[in-house]
Amino acid sequence: MPGEKEVRSIKFGMLSPDMIRKMSVTAIVTPDVYDENGMPVKGGVMDPKLGVIEPDQKCETCGNKLAACPGHFGSLELARPVIHIGFVRHIHEILRSTCRKCGRLKLREEEIDKYLELLNRLKDRWPQLAESLSEYVKRRAMKVFECPHCGEKQYRIRYEKPTTFIEEGPLGKLPPTFIRDWLSRIPDRHLRVMGYDPEIAHPSWAVITVLPIPPITVRPSILLETGIRAEDDLTHKLVDIIRTNERLKEAINVGSPEIIIEDLWDLLQYHVTTYIDNEVPGVPPAKRRSGSPLRTLAQRLKGKEGRFRNNLSGKRVDFSARTVVSPDPYLSINEVGVPVDVAMNLTVPLRVTSWNIDEMRKYVLNGPFRYPGANYIIEPNGRRLDLRYNKDLKAVAEGLKPGFIVERHLLDGDIVLFNRQPSLHRMSIMGHVVKVLPGRTFRLHLAVCPPYNADFDGDEMNLHVPQTPEAQAEALTLLLVQEHILSPRYGGPIIGGIQDYISGGYLLSSKVALLTKDRVSDLLASINYEGEIPEPAILAPKRAWLGKQLISLLLPEDFNFAKEAKISSGALKCVNEECFWDSYIVVKKGKFLMGVIDKNAIGAQQPESMLHYIVREYGPSFGRSFMDKAFRLFLRFIEMRGFTMTIDDILIPPHAYEEIKEVFRRALDEISRTITLYKEGKLEITPGRTLEESLELKILEILSKARDEAGDLAVKYLDPFNNVFIMAKTGARGSALNVTQMAAMLGQQSVRGERIHRGYTFRTLPFFGKGDIGPEARGFVLNSFVKGITPVEMFFHAAGGREGLVDTAVRTSQSGYMQRRLINSMLDVIVEYDGSVRSTYGDLIQFRYGEDGVDPKNASFGKAVSVDRVVRKHVGWRIE
Amino acid sequence: MKGEGSKKGKAKRPTGEKEVSTVRVKTAVSKAGEILEKISEPYKVVSEVLSEVKIHSELVDEAKRQLLNLYVFQGVTQRDILVREALRFREVSSRIKEAAEVVKDYVPESIYNEILTSLFRTYIRHGLSESELASIVDDCVRIYLDSIVDPGEPVGTVAAQSIGEPGTQMTLRTFHFAGVRELNVTLGLPRLIELVDAKRVPETPIMEIHLDERHRYDEMRAREVARRIELTVLENVTKTADIDLSEMKLAIELDPEMLYDKGLTQDDILKTLSKSKSLAGRVALSADDPNTVLIDIPKNYSDIIKAQKFRDRLLRLRIKGVKGIKKVILQRRRDQESGKEYYVLITSGSNLDVVLKIEGVDPGKVRTNSVHEIESVLGIEAAREALIREIKNTLNEQGLDVDLRHVMLVADMMTRSGAVRPIGRHGVVGEKPSVLARAAFEVTVKNLFDASIRGETDQVVGVAENIIIGQLAPIGTALVELKMNPTKIKSLVEREGR
Repeated sequence: MPGEKEVRSIKFGMLSPDMIRKMSVTAIVTPDVYDENGMPVKGGVMDPKLGVIEPDQKCETCGNKLAACPGHFGSLELARPVIHIGFVRHIHEILRSTCRKCGRLKLREEEIDKYLELLNRLKDRWPQLAESLSEYVKRRAMKVFECPHCGEKQYRIRYEKPTTFIEEGPLGKLPPTFIRDWLSRIPDRHLRVMGYDPEIAHPSWAVITVLPIPPITVRPSILLETGIRAEDDLTHKLVDIIRTNERLKEAINVGSPEIIIEDLWDLLQYHVTTYIDNEVPGVPPAKRRSGSPLRTLAQRLKGKEGRFRNNLSGKRVDFSARTVVSPDPYLSINEVGVPVDVAMNLTVPLRVTSWNIDEMRKYVLNGPFRYPGANYIIEPNGRRLDLRYNKDLKAVAEGLKPGFIVERHLLDGDIVLFNRQPSLHRMSIMGHVVKVLPGRTFRLHLAVCPPYNADFDGDEMNLHVPQTPEAQAEALTLLLVQEHILSPRYGGPIIGGIQDYISGGYLLSSKVALLTKDRVSDLLASINYEGEIPEPAILAPKRAWLGKQLISLLLPEDFNFAKEAKISSGALKCVNEECFWDSYIVVKKGKFLMGVIDKNAIGAQQPESMLHYIVREYGPSFGRSFMDKAFRLFLRFIEMRGFTMTIDDILIPPHAYEEIKEVFRRALDEISRTITLYKEGKLEITPGRTLEESLELKILEILSKARDEAGDLAVKYLDPFNNVFIMAKTGARGSALNVTQMAAMLGQQSVRGERIHRGYTFRTLPFFGKGDIGPEARGFVLNSFVKGITPVEMFFHAAGGREGLVDTAVRTSQSGYMQRRLINSMLDVIVEYDGSVRSTYGDLIQFRYGEDGVDPKNASFGKAVSVDRVVRKHVGWRIE
Repeated sequence: MKGEGSKKGKAKRPTGEKEVSTVRVKTAVSKAGEILEKISEPYKVVSEVLSEVKIHSELVDEAKRQLLNLYVFQGVTQRDILVREALRFREVSSRIKEAAEVVKDYVPESIYNEILTSLFRTYIRHGLSESELASIVDDCVRIYLDSIVDPGEPVGTVAAQSIGEPGTQMTLRTFHFAGVRELNVTLGLPRLIELVDAKRVPETPIMEIHLDERHRYDEMRAREVARRIELTVLENVTKTADIDLSEMKLAIELDPEMLYDKGLTQDDILKTLSKSKSLAGRVALSADDPNTVLIDIPKNYSDIIKAQKFRDRLLRLRIKGVKGIKKVILQRRRDQESGKEYYVLITSGSNLDVVLKIEGVDPGKVRTNSVHEIESVLGIEAAREALIREIKNTLNEQGLDVDLRHVMLVADMMTRSGAVRPIGRHGVVGEKPSVLARAAFEVTVKNLFDASIRGETDQVVGVAENIIIGQLAPIGTALVELKMNPTKIKSLVEREGR
């Protein structure tokens, strides 16, 4: 924006005592804060000169009010200097590398020249190396025990936590005054070699003589409901410092004994230390009266709730909303349903022009309480008009002129950003088109659940309204949902059919879906189809259409595709067009000739599927409208047919249970045989395992075989085309294992990959004999969900389930931290205009991104071009 | 049963399809190989035919495959027909080469070769018209050029997200059997964290050692190499170790079974013991029992506690094998191509440097999962490759599909300084030039204090710093520095218009 200044660089440094005095608006001299009347004392820490905190107050220093007054520093002259806790490491290093008498770096002048020259050459290009060099120089100087300049004998200097330096020589404990003088003696050149810049941060300034008193805006006092004033932690600490300082001054003036002065000096050191950092190891943290430690300067910056991570790296924003989400299959995948209440609170600023002035007037006339209206008007002079408090909207509307800005309510068609936390990948924030709807929840299309990882069990999501035309344009071109159908993680569609869309697609496309004209009309009406109805596939005895014909209507006319369907496995396996089971998808010239629509054709997260190629070859917008129509069609069909799950779908006849029991009995026999072998020591040992481990492995193997057998048995008695199987086979939901567990048996429950064995001494539960290692005693569940499980089985099942829950909880924190580190390490890495990968600091990381420069979102299985696919795309209509 | 089903279900491997088919192709090929071995006739004939009819080098392999297919599976054995076919192939291949020639400069070699073979195969089976050829070739180039990354794309963030996001779907179970039933291997999230942390020693170091031609096919010979590698300490072959305080002697009774198992003799033990400096001249075989070794306890180990210490230390003495390798397991595998069985050694514990030099090992085919060992023995480029491979394998094993480019970028960030650096405050982030970026990450206060006393300058070019300042970071659409100045354009238009 014009007039805004750009920050090019930020220089860090220390304030010199002179600087502190110069910028100080008042010297702080008294520990008293307020007088009897409750007014701030002049020369106290709340001196009005330091700035304002009350809204209508005028600043004594700059004359501004709260909004404009930046606050002003004061200063406190310390009676005796103290060490700055943040710099003790540096002070120690400098003391050790310089001469105790002349203060010069303990290296010969020629060496210093040499290093200084080297340092100057390194400084700009290789700051990292320059730092290492300075460290090296310091290290070298520390090893010298006789000053090469003045010949003085040097002693070791010991650092004692937190702020004491002791010379192991004649001087003993070094008082801060002495340290400051020592540091001041060091020639500037020598400081430079050690990596310090005396102009900006002279190390002697690390010994505090004047303490800057921060403005009160930094440490506002708050008025509690009881009328009592509560001061900020910093203010408390400052009062402590001033009080101690006064006492120390007094003691020095009256000539108290050295011990008393020393004690007070140490106390002052303690207060200044905890004022800066209240978590220094070896220093008892300063406490509030309630006993909780004070939040002083370092604590304000540190950690997740600190200034950096909470206020600087992440900021709070206006124009955002959050509420529960619920599904709406009648939206487009790039739409979001916004409640009217929300739409009336979120606004878009629009500049009034002679072309839109009538429309704008309408919004203003409606005002903030009638939709669609407007909440604010900004006049060209910057004045902001709140329409909520404006009685005469008509006059305001009349007064509207080009140049004004109207903040109107959110309307259908506006672009917004939609987000669900945790934002693990870029598809966690996408651009949606607003559709204002009644109700109180955000509505979203079900196909966008996978990228957000959303479900509707109470999930909440956030919505943000981009305000500037630049942001809106960027959202429209880069962030819109269809631009993110392809995931950059693996180059496949992350948005696609899930659950009922897949079941519906399968049912509609299967050969048995013969549709009457009524039904066809109904279905086509659901997608607003306006073309001709094709010739029916079946003419006699009744005219009937196939679901495949309707799907063909949605496909591009020149689309060719062939792939195995998901159901193509086991007995229904097909690998080419000669397919009796209808499990091989064939599309030629946009005609859906064969196969069924299931997960392999339209599923989310399925690379190289039909959906994937539609999106890649006909563009994201076409892909979006294809999904909108196809999914609505599938849903309409599944609604017509009805789709549910009944107990019959998983119920097997009683004699089947006998058979399952028989399977289990056989497994039991085998196990007892194995155990006998084990006891006789004849069990074959798995290499690299102990005898006991081998036994366990063997038992687990037998039991898992038993469960599979039981599963197969159960499946034999079930209708292979019941709804549960349809879901499992088409990949809509559930798996063969789920069917087995419902119909046949749950099988072995495990904790940490082993059978459950912990609990009482030598047994899991008191219902078993000690030392029983049979299946039932170790967490094998013989019953199925349909049949019901016994209390003991239920206990084991819960034990296994609990592990899963604990696992998830632990995993989220671990992987979250890993991702934070990964992102912080790599967030500066971008592709440059020459195709190379560089960090914004200018480091070259790859000459060509990924060695071939291909964007992974366009490369499924790592390949940008699948020539076989291109061949099929062009001539697939005539080849098999 | 909670495990397998539900978890694996979610992390369905989208690559499954592909793998099945490659396996199928591979078994088909190996079957063909077996047939070839028995009757090398077709191969001979086809090779002869192809030596007669020269086909472009890029397509000769595909042509051979097609001819073999004809011969073996369709029973076309007549030589003249084969020659005729080969001539047709030559004709086809030159047409295809001609059509594809134009794109050679636009696409990478791998895509170019794929275009050739794929077109060749289709042409032979279905024929392709001139215009079809051209449009396919054109489309390949178009798709390739459309797939190039945009300048400004934040590939670093995308890579970090692509590796971090699936982390939530990974197992936490440290131990799992990865191909090797016999050994526990760290897998899943813990392994991934270990890799990005660049941990010096992996939690479960493992090597896979292939043997040279002489040793790989014979179990006895393979076992011989295994014995050379597996670390044997004295304790492993000791039955009892008694201290005789009156005589100040240590009597070690060896276990003959274990000795045999490890391929050692009593003499070997005696020799190794004597070699040790502190023991020279103090070791002797017992007179009454050939399995007992007597050792004089040195004077300075006079009392019983010291003598015990001496014994314990002695028992840990290395007799043979490689330091650090706790266990070696022999694994039998079948070569997919030739169908031959061969042996591979899997070890628990890793010592690449030494293993490479062991006799019988094929040094070109030794694998370790310790990235740091690879770095110190083979260099940083090898370490980069190892990182890529290990991260990719860890993700694939969990059924997660992540593009290799993301993994490569992470590996490049970790290795670009010449040493393997961890992702985090002691590595990549800690070495950033920006004070604010470092402070915003982890050690906030220390970074700020150090920057102050050193008088550091933050150039605010990174993303984190610019976010802190509230400015646009030079990334993506904000990378563009060219901006329009409407007033200038206006004045320009006015001047030009005049």
